[in-house]
Amino acid sequence: MAIPNYAGTGERTWIWTYRFICALIFLFLIFPIIVIIPLSFNAEPYFTFTNAMMALDPEGYSTRWYDALFGSSEWMASIRNSFIISISSTVIATTLGTLAALGLSRRDMPARNLITALLISPMIVPLIITAAALFSFYARLDLANTFFAIIMSHVVLGTPFVVITVTAALSSFDEQLIRASRSMGAGKFRTFFQVVLPLLLPGVIAGGLFAFITSLDEVVVVLFLAGPEQTPITVRMFSGLREEISPTILALATVLVALSIVLLTVMELIRRRGEKLRGLTPG
Amino acid sequence: MIQTTKHCALALTVSAFALTAGTAMAETDSLTIVSWGGSYSDSQNRAYDQPFEEKTGIKIVHEDKAAQGLAGIRSQVEAGNVTWDLVDMLQSEAQRACDEGLVMLIPHDEWLADAPDGTPASEDFIAGTLGDCFVPQILYATMFAYNNDAFPGDKPQTIADIWDTQKFPGTRSLQNIPQKNLEWALMADGVDPDEVYTVLATKEGQDRAFAKLDELRDNIIWWSEGAQPPQMLADEEAVIATAYNGRIFNAQVNENQPFTIMWDGQMFEVDGWVVPVDNDADVEAIKEYLNFATDSQRLADQAKYIAYAPARTSSVPLVTTHADTGVDMKPHMPTSPENFQNAVQFDPKFWADYGDALEERFSAWLAQ
Amino acid sequence: MTDATMGNPPGNTDGDGELTTADGKPLAVALHRSHRQARRHAFLLVAPLLAFLVITFLIPIATMMTRSVQNYEVADYLPNTTAAIETWDAKGLPDEAVFAAMGEDVRIGAENRTIGRVAARINREIPGTRSQMMGTARNIAEMGPPWREAFIAQHEGWGNEEFWRLVKRETRTLTPIYYLLSFDFEYNSYGEIVERAPEYQVYRLMFIRTAWMSILITALCIVLGYPVAHILANLPLRYSNLLMILVLLPFWTSLLVRTSAWIVLLQQQGVVNDTLVWLGIIADDGRIRLIYNQIGTIVAMTHILLPFMILPLYSVMKTVPPSYMRAARSMGAGPLRSFISIYLPLTVPGLAAGVLLVFILAIGYYITPALVGGDTGIFISNLIAGNMQGSTAELKLALALSTILLVAVLIIYWLFNKLVGVDRLKFG
Repeated sequence: MAIPNYAGTGERTWIWTYRFICALIFLFLIFPIIVIIPLSFNAEPYFTFTNAMMALDPEGYSTRWYDALFGSSEWMASIRNSFIISISSTVIATTLGTLAALGLSRRDMPARNLITALLISPMIVPLIITAAALFSFYARLDLANTFFAIIMSHVVLGTPFVVITVTAALSSFDEQLIRASRSMGAGKFRTFFQVVLPLLLPGVIAGGLFAFITSLDEVVVVLFLAGPEQTPITVRMFSGLREEISPTILALATVLVALSIVLLTVMELIRRRGEKLRGLTPG
Repeated sequence: MIQTTKHCALALTVSAFALTAGTAMAETDSLTIVSWGGSYSDSQNRAYDQPFEEKTGIKIVHEDKAAQGLAGIRSQVEAGNVTWDLVDMLQSEAQRACDEGLVMLIPHDEWLADAPDGTPASEDFIAGTLGDCFVPQILYATMFAYNNDAFPGDKPQTIADIWDTQKFPGTRSLQNIPQKNLEWALMADGVDPDEVYTVLATKEGQDRAFAKLDELRDNIIWWSEGAQPPQMLADEEAVIATAYNGRIFNAQVNENQPFTIMWDGQMFEVDGWVVPVDNDADVEAIKEYLNFATDSQRLADQAKYIAYAPARTSSVPLVTTHADTGVDMKPHMPTSPENFQNAVQFDPKFWADYGDALEERFSAWLAQ
Repeated sequence: MTDATMGNPPGNTDGDGELTTADGKPLAVALHRSHRQARRHAFLLVAPLLAFLVITFLIPIATMMTRSVQNYEVADYLPNTTAAIETWDAKGLPDEAVFAAMGEDVRIGAENRTIGRVAARINREIPGTRSQMMGTARNIAEMGPPWREAFIAQHEGWGNEEFWRLVKRETRTLTPIYYLLSFDFEYNSYGEIVERAPEYQVYRLMFIRTAWMSILITALCIVLGYPVAHILANLPLRYSNLLMILVLLPFWTSLLVRTSAWIVLLQQQGVVNDTLVWLGIIADDGRIRLIYNQIGTIVAMTHILLPFMILPLYSVMKTVPPSYMRAARSMGAGPLRSFISIYLPLTVPGLAAGVLLVFILAIGYYITPALVGGDTGIFISNLIAGNMQGSTAELKLALALSTILLVAVLIIYWLFNKLVGVDRLKFG
């Protein structure tokens, strides 16, 4: 967005002010996440920058909180639980969601709007309501405090994302490709796996990643449903934040930020590949 | 594409294993115990759980959800799926749970151990603490504590001083429940401690208590978990805080924090065990735990790790010194004579009757 | 795919003059059948997810909603009294038969240990009845006719007319009382609906507060998000991809991480206050309270929800050709005018998507207000959770509040659909 050459002085000043404001907003967005990274290396058990840290004194920094995190069997068990829950629910949510999206985008789908609304509804219902309802439901079935209940609940929360992204990917999908493939003799399944799915894959994976991060980050439902054997990291972090705010949480937070960066990179690579496949290229 | 199908199948099988691993939790050799977390749970772990595990091999699993103990038991019993085997609960709430049939009746002399000199349990526990469904462990106090560094000159000595923001400026931290806060408000307003509950039972008394709290409102931040007040005092988020005396003791002794306890107006209360009905553990295991964990020596042992007074009279002479630092525990007990002078007993019966209404009013007041 | 082939010359008819397919079926019928089959196939693809959601999501929510009007304590645990009190005219005290029925109920309730539940229920309306009922239950074995005198001798509360009117009112098994309480109304002792005493009113305030704070957060997100989305959409792709990371990284970062970052920044001894003291703007003991109040909630939630506003806006702005603005300028419109008349209307779908998303997410939030809201910065979800977990947990009140919140969200969604049209929205 170069400054147009017909801009007068007033407009130029405005454009530079505008850029400055945007810079501040970007700073607002990223600063909180950046600031916890050095704090997680604080040698003292405080949540603030000590004088030693400000002076960049190596004495002020240490990796003790990372040692506490990875050395603690409780935290490691929680990390294991979180991944079990998130990976399982992502696999199931992606499968169910992709199938549903395929059905929804067919021309002949009956009651499409109503069913779409129903499938997206978990995203709209406030989380506390979902948590309360699911807790009573699973408790009555004697399934509270089980991995099964938690995973099923996260599937409920994750599928709307998969449905949305795969439907979006399908909307730009060229139906002719299916007909071309069928006309050359491929059966329905072969067409699906060799023609449709590779082109849909960016949308499917995007939806899957959304479902994964939703499950990994979910606090309210697991607060109600998880027993001590299934405690994921989110519950531990939440009670840690209320009780004894120790920088171990910041160490975990930094690890999670690193994970987000990895996921972000994967998403970007998928997006580029998707564009390449469809014949578009970044300018 | 065969690859992706194989990968899908693998992922699904792995998930299936994970699910079954998670659901196959029907162990009979572990007990789930619900308590308050932090240094209190630590003391129970060191004094009761570890010796018990060594003795019987039954594993103890802790859940720190006692703050929602009553509601938790209620919803579990209602749903027919009770996973908590023993719950640490305050006497007043235990009474409510018992009335509502949510916890088991406990035959004291059958289940609980005798004192070393042969006195049966029902006579050894402090009078008025045993309940039909309730086995007391400790007598603890909630009181005000302050950070020495904040008051180099005069120190707060009485409840009225807490309300004096001119002489003792700074943020106070109180627990976000009406219990004890309303009593202290009335005491600060000049009501005699013996009459606090009669006054509080009337509408004028309640209005008076809330008005007094309003005076202090702008200087108050609220805590909800027992571990928060020492944290706030250490961080200087607050200069005066109410807290459980054992948590302050731990901060003083284990972390060398410059805190002082103001024992004037301390409100003491009894905390102990209840057993939810229809729980999924073996009753024999629970009986064994209760018998072991509430015998005279164990209750005295707990006092080695945290400054709460044991609820059995036979345990008192067995109280010694702090396990880690060697500090003598007796002067730090809420029941020791110099601390007990202006103590007020928390009245569970009053709160059983008026708790609902006052808690509603308090949460409305908080939100204004 | 029908069996209609192009082999039949157009206009091939059977005896009736209708078009037929290759195997002689009427074309209309064959088409109809193949449509049905296609519909069935499409539906079968959706069916697993739909069934899953209906069973594990919609039904639990519906069950939860029906529980919010149930009132079974008195009917279940005082059955004889319920039957006997039906004929009482609610004036004065009931007669001996009702007292006798109550005697029987208390005796059975004491044996089964269920009397405490109805005592708890009634104690909510009239404080003090808990000890009245429990005390009598302990002595019920020694009591006998004449029952009225026996009860009143136990505790004077049994002679309280208000108590008996309440019992009669509570024999109804369906009750709107939790919905009344949700709007700070209640029944007085004569069964009329009145407002609650001011010191007990909290839910109306909470709904209003949640609404205005969510509106404020949405407005802040628009103000902060629009410029950013605009600049991202108009920079060359190289730069915008880089800057996009600054938006996407917060978006992908865990909610708890972001909230704890704000706790670190906003607390009394936190980074913001430290910086202000260092710059000399405030004194060391005059630190500003930025957290555990409404400010904390608003700031933290704006930060967390901002990417939800930026992304839809960005995806729509990318489709606006820059030539439109240049065309407007070339026709003499000033920068402001061309922005308002040309650019802004084109971005409305993205703006609407962002507003809908942010607002609906905001009003249902629980975690962030719980962690940084203190006592004045909490939302209605926090009160709902409080009613589920505190020691005076009133579960059915929580369910009633949840139902109201859910209905409000659905209405907002529907209104939005009417005004803007959800299919027009692009969520990016």
